[in-house]
Amino acid sequence: MGKLTWGAIPIHQPIPMAASLFITFGVLAVLGLVTWKRWWPFLWREWLTSVDHKRIGVMYVLLALVLLLRGFIDAIMMRSQLAIAAGNADGYLPPEHYDQIFSAHGTIMIFFMAMPFVVGLMNFVVPLQLGVRDVAFPVLNAISFWLTASGALLVNISLVVGEFARTGWLAYPPLSELQFSPGVGVDYYLWALQISGIGTLLAGINMVTTILKLRAPGMTYMRMPVFCWTALCSSLLIVAAFPVLTATFGMLLLDRYVGMHFFTIDGGGNCMLFINLIWAWGHPEVYILILPAFGIFSEVIATFSGKQLFGYRSMVLATLAICVLSFMVWLHHFFTMGAGADVNAVFGIMSMIIAIPTGVKLFNWLFTLFRGRIRFEVPVLWAIGFMVTFVIGGLTGVLLAVPPVDFVLHNSLFLVAHFHNVIIGGVLFGAMAGYNYWFPKAFGFTLDKRLGVISFWCWLIGFYLAFMPLYALGLLGMTRRMQHYADLSWQPYLIVAELGAVVILGGIVATIAQLVVSVRTRASRRDLTGDPWNGRTLEWSTASPPPAYNFAVLPEVESLDAFWVMKQKGSARLRERYESIETPSNSANGFVTAFFAVVIGFAMIWHIWWMAIFGVACAAATLLAFGWSERVDHKISGEQLANAERVRLQPLESA
Amino acid sequence: MRHSCLRIFTLAAVALLVAPCRAAGVLDPQGPVAAAERLILINATAIMLVVVLPVIVLTLAFAWWYRASNKRADYRPDWSYSGEIELVVWSIPAMVVILLAGVGWTGSHVLDPGRKLKSDGSPIRIEVVSLDWKWLFIYPDQHIAAVNQLVVPSGAPIEFFLTSATVMNSFFVPQLGSQIYTMPGMTTHLYLLADHLGDYPGISAQFSGDGFSDMRFVVHAVPAPEFDNWLARARSAGPTLDSDAYAQLARTTRNAAPQTYRSVDPLLFSHILQQAMPVAASAPHRD
Repeated sequence: MGKLTWGAIPIHQPIPMAASLFITFGVLAVLGLVTWKRWWPFLWREWLTSVDHKRIGVMYVLLALVLLLRGFIDAIMMRSQLAIAAGNADGYLPPEHYDQIFSAHGTIMIFFMAMPFVVGLMNFVVPLQLGVRDVAFPVLNAISFWLTASGALLVNISLVVGEFARTGWLAYPPLSELQFSPGVGVDYYLWALQISGIGTLLAGINMVTTILKLRAPGMTYMRMPVFCWTALCSSLLIVAAFPVLTATFGMLLLDRYVGMHFFTIDGGGNCMLFINLIWAWGHPEVYILILPAFGIFSEVIATFSGKQLFGYRSMVLATLAICVLSFMVWLHHFFTMGAGADVNAVFGIMSMIIAIPTGVKLFNWLFTLFRGRIRFEVPVLWAIGFMVTFVIGGLTGVLLAVPPVDFVLHNSLFLVAHFHNVIIGGVLFGAMAGYNYWFPKAFGFTLDKRLGVISFWCWLIGFYLAFMPLYALGLLGMTRRMQHYADLSWQPYLIVAELGAVVILGGIVATIAQLVVSVRTRASRRDLTGDPWNGRTLEWSTASPPPAYNFAVLPEVESLDAFWVMKQKGSARLRERYESIETPSNSANGFVTAFFAVVIGFAMIWHIWWMAIFGVACAAATLLAFGWSERVDHKISGEQLANAERVRLQPLESA
Repeated sequence: MRHSCLRIFTLAAVALLVAPCRAAGVLDPQGPVAAAERLILINATAIMLVVVLPVIVLTLAFAWWYRASNKRADYRPDWSYSGEIELVVWSIPAMVVILLAGVGWTGSHVLDPGRKLKSDGSPIRIEVVSLDWKWLFIYPDQHIAAVNQLVVPSGAPIEFFLTSATVMNSFFVPQLGSQIYTMPGMTTHLYLLADHLGDYPGISAQFSGDGFSDMRFVVHAVPAPEFDNWLARARSAGPTLDSDAYAQLARTTRNAAPQTYRSVDPLLFSHILQQAMPVAASAPHRD
């Protein structure tokens, strides 16, 4: 069994053991419940083998929410450690464990929380907004999702069997090389991200193709909703950047598995190469996450202001500018490597230039609110909270782009506060706005408003409490990733930050409660119109939840905000005649391939070569078998469509 | 209610940010590099606040005034373009960035870590090696070495040559200014100067493994005569840093106590840099 022995299970370490038991029993309990309730056939048919972009989108978001919990548990453990480990105190987490926690926190929050959240929302929304029936490659879409889920599973297996990386979330060599990290932790990290990275790349290709090639009749580029533009730019960045990540990790794997010397300290290796490459992916990654969030805010602010988005062309231009510029700034992550004044200055200025299109976007949202009629529903609260919070994150970001300022704040808690400011205040607030905004579209009933508002305020206040002290600590000279510290004057700040984490926990609990309460009271909060917010874009023109085929007839688009204009014109929605359509039938390809991907990853991590060969053979066989099999599409006749549309639209039109 | 909440909370945030005016770390510079960097930090923040504060105020003001229940507010559902406003919203951030770009360009050049500092004091050269998990400081011209403590004459420019015998670290004394990475097989170059007497904490600012949190050292900036006394004391005590002593020192330890060496192999730094020292090629296995 390669390196795998019973010693891999952390029996002698109480905290990791408790975590393993918790996870193991949690998973067993869920599997047991599903078996006991006989839900397997339903789950298999409706979800696990579904190739419907909406179902896949929902599964992505569910994965993100589950992993948000895991990542948050890591976060609150770190905050608790630092709230007590002052002076001579060592806290309750030894460095061996603490180092794994902050590495896992970063890895999970970026790759398995933020990424699935935005990819899931894009998956769900983009085809609906474009007025089409699915993404370009539905089966590939399922494969993408399940590969992402495989990576998430591998990261969590590391809790129970073996250990996770102790290197930080980007695993800088030489620390991540075999010489300094001989355990399986870095291998868990690398294989989990290689597998999920392929999934993300495929999702990006799928999304780009969908937006470029599949749009409703009349939907020209300049009539696309802004969210589709941001999804396009984000997906283009995925397609351009993720191969770099895969290649970089590939080189590190070669170093670790076959003794090559790309990044080692001897044999001519050079760690600077890794750091350049990883940030050539890493900086675009930031924009992969934030651009769709910008798109969500644009939709939300326009909808709830009851107004067209201000400066649509500027918004599109700004999005494209950010997309291109994001590849030209990677060096600002290591001004302190001694590159020289000219290089540092050029990259510093390039980084500042990104603030121009970003600033334009903020002003455009501001002028969308201006002369609007704002309904304070939950999504718009997140949007306004974002606008106020994000400008602070933008300010500190531009500060860090000034090389001499970075020389004293690089790697400090000021930096940590900055990127949480933009990732929580930008990406997470955006994802939460999108979740509250599109939930009724996905499930046909609205989320509870009161709990949604509580969740928002807890997150907002918790964020400020947790991260403003970190800005101050960075200025006081505290660097990141410390397991304990000598300076007692830092402790009060860290206790306030801990308190902030507890308030955020309140926000998470409120979000879960919101979901539970809304599901239980769904009968009374059902939305039959399909348009609960008086929306502007095409996703609101179909039923909630939309049928598998999305639109009985593809909408004819004549302008921006197509659905708003249709509503203004009062165009009849029920047709005389419906053409029959075909929808793709289910496929187990994604689920089965991903299962073998987990086998391959696990076998490679533990050097169980026979199992790895077995996994590769099975994965290849699965892909071939499904690739060659005749696919039978599911046909829906015109009559069926007419009946379904009549049932939906007649009550609305007579009302 | 929403707004009173926000107000309380902005106040709390401001209070927290103002609190460190008790000054320490980056905000309490003790040398020209750190002082110049703090000035740029403050200037750049001020420039941006000119735009950022109004944006925050306008966001809250617009959100409040244009609330659906306010019947006095103007509502123009189809108003979505104004050439004048577009011009202004592109110009404002562009002008701010032009200003900051100037600050950034000159700052990068004037404060380039490898740029020689103007000073009357005679310069001191120091070779810095990061080890697991401690700092080795070699005084090549004085032929002594110290671990986890750095004694320098105040007012004299210090020229650092830095490398790592193991993984990457970052050499950083917040009150003296610029940090710089130490990397195996490479040298980085940094000038600093302490112009006040005092003890300044130094750290590694790049995570380097389990013992990272204790990679602390203290910079003692002392008057020139006292520096000479310290040199004399160091030369007359402690072991010699030859290859055996280095092999001993390079072993993985946590929280190493400060220590001095009476003499040092003059080629030690270049051997470490060329990875000719036995330890670099067979660094101790970390648990």
